[in-house]
Amino acid sequence: MSIPLPVFVAIPLATAFLLPIFGKRGKGAATVLANLATISLLVLAVASIGRSHVYEVGRWPIPLGINLVLDGLSSLLLLAISVVSAAAMLFSVRYMEQYTAKAKYLSLFLLMVAGMNGVVLSGDIFNLFVFLEIASLASYALVAFGCEHEELEAAFKYMVMGSIGSTFVLFAVALVYGNTGTLNMAYIAKAIQHSGLNPGLTFALGLFIAGFGLKAALVPFHAWLPDAHPSAPAPISAMLSGIIIKTLGVYALARVVFNVFGVSASVGWLLMALGLVSMVAGAFLAIGQWDFKRLLAYSSISQLGYVVVGIGLGGLIIARNGNIAWASLAILGGLFHLINHAVYKSLLFLTSGSVQMSTGTRQLKQMGGLAETMPVTRVTCTVASASIVGIPPFSGFWSKLILVWAAVQAGFYWVAAIIVFVSLCTLIMYLKVQRYVFLGELPEDGQQTREHGSSMLAAMVFLACLCVLMSLLVIVPSLRANILDPAVKVLTDGLSYSSDVIQIAGKV
Amino acid sequence: MLYALCFLLFMIGLYCAVTKKNMVKIVIGILIMEYAVNLFLIMLGYRIGGKAPIVGTEDMAGAGSQLSELFVNSSVDPLPQALVLTAIVISLGSLALMISICIRTYEKYGTFDITQIRRLKG
Repeated sequence: MSIPLPVFVAIPLATAFLLPIFGKRGKGAATVLANLATISLLVLAVASIGRSHVYEVGRWPIPLGINLVLDGLSSLLLLAISVVSAAAMLFSVRYMEQYTAKAKYLSLFLLMVAGMNGVVLSGDIFNLFVFLEIASLASYALVAFGCEHEELEAAFKYMVMGSIGSTFVLFAVALVYGNTGTLNMAYIAKAIQHSGLNPGLTFALGLFIAGFGLKAALVPFHAWLPDAHPSAPAPISAMLSGIIIKTLGVYALARVVFNVFGVSASVGWLLMALGLVSMVAGAFLAIGQWDFKRLLAYSSISQLGYVVVGIGLGGLIIARNGNIAWASLAILGGLFHLINHAVYKSLLFLTSGSVQMSTGTRQLKQMGGLAETMPVTRVTCTVASASIVGIPPFSGFWSKLILVWAAVQAGFYWVAAIIVFVSLCTLIMYLKVQRYVFLGELPEDGQQTREHGSSMLAAMVFLACLCVLMSLLVIVPSLRANILDPAVKVLTDGLSYSSDVIQIAGKV
Repeated sequence: MLYALCFLLFMIGLYCAVTKKNMVKIVIGILIMEYAVNLFLIMLGYRIGGKAPIVGTEDMAGAGSQLSELFVNSSVDPLPQALVLTAIVISLGSLALMISICIRTYEKYGTFDITQIRRLKG
């Protein structure tokens, strides 16, 4: 039985438009419905693992119509999106009681999920842009959701940067269409293989890297992220840092660079340079922060650098015709770090929301001693911190180990050294969090702090368990062969994406 | 030549969005960029002296089901027009959101000058 791919977009989209009908009185029903939607998406995403499928919208054969493509990379991202969104939605049940207009919040949330699912499934480059805009517009509105001074300022900044990024992407799409005469990614790849890159297409590739780089907040383009992510409500920060920057930025970039244009050595170097600069700069900026969520946001920039370094290193090895095994290892490290980071960074943002709800502040210096009054938050936050730092049993250790190993094997000793060095900076960052938030004396006005809401705790415990269990994804061979390896193969095989899609579509 | 003008328009929009201090002017800059891209898309498909791509009986070459060469060479490409319609709707949505954020910001801060709206730093 094959899963009809449009349901991944249709479920959240339909629910999103249904929710505002409930209005104020039906808040409970709306919450339940929204949670049902995210959980059913999680079930469908798990069911879609290991399948590959091409769906032609409206039965128009490609390249005439729009197509949706499910392959290893898409199903990995779908899984990550649905895990993070299910946890964040569960957390919102109690957390969003502080705000008015909960139904509107829920429908914007689901619109964002619909947009992201569309981005990872789309096999048509213009459709990718449309879904990208759906997800981005919903996220701009969600950053501004509190409508206070900081939120509005951050949302405006985010929106200006995001719109410029989207315009770059649209311009690049137009250039690609002008040069190849098709919008289907598989056929574009075929045309580019046939004719080679001309200056117009090279310019389009540059625009794609700049546009998706803006969405991914890689370092020269990162200015909006540390404002936008902390200003949003905590579950939305978790979504933004956990998954939005990865789907709209890294996934789209990897798909376009590897599967459509074909990776070249200069692009590999460029990605690796962007990743390394993001890693180092993000880590240094994060250490100096005293605002809990702002620290986490800078750390996201740094962690995303790891992902891009892994993918860039893999691309570089492929372009130089190096050993494909090391290339796959580097990409495996990058993608595994991507899903790890999705889980632990969203968990960290959820714990920061829980702390903020209890203490009413985000300043590290005004907190302390919460280990006594908020034991669950403390334990989950420690698990996530241990994971992000890379302490052995937790998932973050494995992805960093793979990255370092791949860099050493490929002869990039200095890259491995930088990765280890940034890990140490990350350690300092999260020791600081543990020290100031959870240890030490409870401040006088902090006696009243307590855990809130069982749904919030359930969401945090769920993600904390995943932080531990995800290490199984690389250790257990059958899990790795089903989940991670197909995703890696999509990127290492590069341009055979085109013939694969055309072949699968032909069979249906 | 026309493409170069289109690119110039795009750069004007980008310049405006990056350097202006007034929030509304930044929004206008982004809109100029979007219009430049829309114009570019339209020009990709346009042919001077072209006609609407609607197939009539006289456009078929002979008895076969092939379109005549004249029709293929003279008709306007309809796809970019569909893309532009979609892009216009999207930019309308983002314009509405941007302007409403501007209005709410003006209510809070009493100014559109982004150099004075600086509560967030670092």
